[in-house]
Amino acid sequence: MAEIRNYTVNFGPQHPAAHGVLRLILEMDGETVVRADPHIGLLHRATEKLAESKPFNQSIGYMDRLDYVSMMCNEHAYVMAIEKLMGIKPPKRAQYIRVMFAEITRILNHLMWLGAHGLDIGAMTVFLYAFRERESLMDAYEAVSGARMHATYFRPGGVYRDLPEKMPQYKVSKFSNQKKVDELNQNRQGSLLDYLWDFTETFPDRVDEYETLLTDNRIWKQRTVGVGVVSPERALQLGFSGPMLRGSGVEWDLRRKQPYEVYPELEFDIPVGSKGDCYDRYLVRMEEMRQSNKIIRQCIEWLKENPGPVMLDNHKVTPPNREAMKNDMEALIHHFKLFTEGYCVPEGEVYQAIEHPKGEFGIYLTSDGANKPYRLKIRAPGFAHLSAMNEMVKGHMLADVVAVIGTQDIVFGEIDR
Amino acid sequence: MVNALVEQLGNLLGDQMIACEQAFDEVTIEVAKDDLVDVAMQLRDQDGLQFEQLIDLTVVDYLQYGLDEWATDEATGSGFSRGRKDISESKPKWSRERFAVVYHLLSISLNQRLRVKVFIGENRPTIPSVISVWNGVDWFEREAFDLFGILFEGHPDLRRLLTDYGFVGHPFRKDFPLIGNVEMRFDAKQNRCVYEPVSIQPRVLVPKVIRENEDTIYVSDPQSLKESLKQAQKGESKDSVNG
Repeated sequence: MAEIRNYTVNFGPQHPAAHGVLRLILEMDGETVVRADPHIGLLHRATEKLAESKPFNQSIGYMDRLDYVSMMCNEHAYVMAIEKLMGIKPPKRAQYIRVMFAEITRILNHLMWLGAHGLDIGAMTVFLYAFRERESLMDAYEAVSGARMHATYFRPGGVYRDLPEKMPQYKVSKFSNQKKVDELNQNRQGSLLDYLWDFTETFPDRVDEYETLLTDNRIWKQRTVGVGVVSPERALQLGFSGPMLRGSGVEWDLRRKQPYEVYPELEFDIPVGSKGDCYDRYLVRMEEMRQSNKIIRQCIEWLKENPGPVMLDNHKVTPPNREAMKNDMEALIHHFKLFTEGYCVPEGEVYQAIEHPKGEFGIYLTSDGANKPYRLKIRAPGFAHLSAMNEMVKGHMLADVVAVIGTQDIVFGEIDR
Repeated sequence: MVNALVEQLGNLLGDQMIACEQAFDEVTIEVAKDDLVDVAMQLRDQDGLQFEQLIDLTVVDYLQYGLDEWATDEATGSGFSRGRKDISESKPKWSRERFAVVYHLLSISLNQRLRVKVFIGENRPTIPSVISVWNGVDWFEREAFDLFGILFEGHPDLRRLLTDYGFVGHPFRKDFPLIGNVEMRFDAKQNRCVYEPVSIQPRVLVPKVIRENEDTIYVSDPQSLKESLKQAQKGESKDSVNG
């Protein structure tokens, strides 16, 4: 009698459903997964070590490149860790701007996740829809920081600059005539806040559109319901956080439980799943987008009524403005010192966590009193989620592996760091 | 809330807690290596602690702690020195064990956080694994082994995680150069990838400096700080007169 042996499949690292550079060694019994061994590190850039060799502010840009679909949220944790260590607090307006952009980033992240997850398990259209809205929000990123993705907008002590009074507009080119340009510029007549307000008016309807495509879709349900079930006890044991934890029915959101910035003043709900499968996590994330939309609207209303500084006026930490630099010797010295040497942060260690779109993103920062971090540890939510891959896919079919990768919302920038 | 936790820890852990520190609304306790698993069990299961989640595990290498590359404390008539001194040639200031393994715990039911530190020496950097207490620590321990060379006793599958297959050394140790030791290229003659010693020179763009005077203390309200410092100084000088 012939001996029956398990078959080993090498999945990735270059595979469209691997969400980057995941290499999975899958031990198969027929079409059922017996064991999954993820190999990671193909995108390891030693961000933590690089940060140790640079003044504090120069590493903000690296934070954007960790989880490269939720850029400003990464910055947020890093910047808040530095602020905690120095004992400074940014002005109220800066906090509102940060929260607003953190929520914009959450929508950006979830849209990317929705599109990619849908594409992975066979829904092409939703990907195109999701990227339409992403484009509008990217424009907001660009208007405020000059970059569509890697913004480096949050700084210790506030944000780099105030929100622009005028939204950049399309111009006539050989591809679009005056009529077309007028149409495109319709919602760009006012300030950035007006533009975002206009976005939030229509966005809930857009989420309805995605839901029409997926929520009651028979194929979608067949691919997600009952797949990758994690019980709340296991979710806690495995270090899950964010939508992965809430999908399993644990009501835990740092924005509520350990609030930071202006979250206590804002009104929003925390969606929680009940079964802990891919479908519940999908529903949780969909609802989170609606809640983020709600938060953004509250922030816009506050920001419209309350002008003010967006950066601390402490020039040992924040640079003085350009005008002052041209006339004031003191300001020039401060500027020179800040951009050559940086600032020294008092000795100590802090851990600052935020509710990142993917879960708990934490920065553990140790300073020995120097102008560079002594040690920086980035706690990436995806790292803990991916390490549970084996447990989540065991006993499922090969095709479900893709659904599980999708539901974990994996981005290798943060996992490999 | 933090005070209640400290009290609770003192009551429940007793002598097993070597040190306890409060800073920035965060509690740090230090535990001996041999007590670790026992303490971990208590931290997870005791009422009033209930740390169900291990959020993070990391290692700090204190080899170069407190050392700077550019002396800034004695800038008088002669001015600052122009040269940067190599940090690896300075005498270490750190007097304790070289590595600290740092655990960050979170209690969902009581909404509290805790940091646990275990110091271990450089000669035999081993520590018991806590994978039986928190299963999710698996990859965190593998990462710490990979990057710092800490051996977790009892870990079922301690392989390298992030570095390349066949990598030599532990890159996040402070004595591992930032530029690395080897570089890789594809050799067309041999038709395979070859590893060679690095061809670039290490360089420091911004020297590390440590400034400890009044100007480097950052607070939201510098004015009030200056006044409080002045008062503190007055108090001190009075004391010295009396003494």
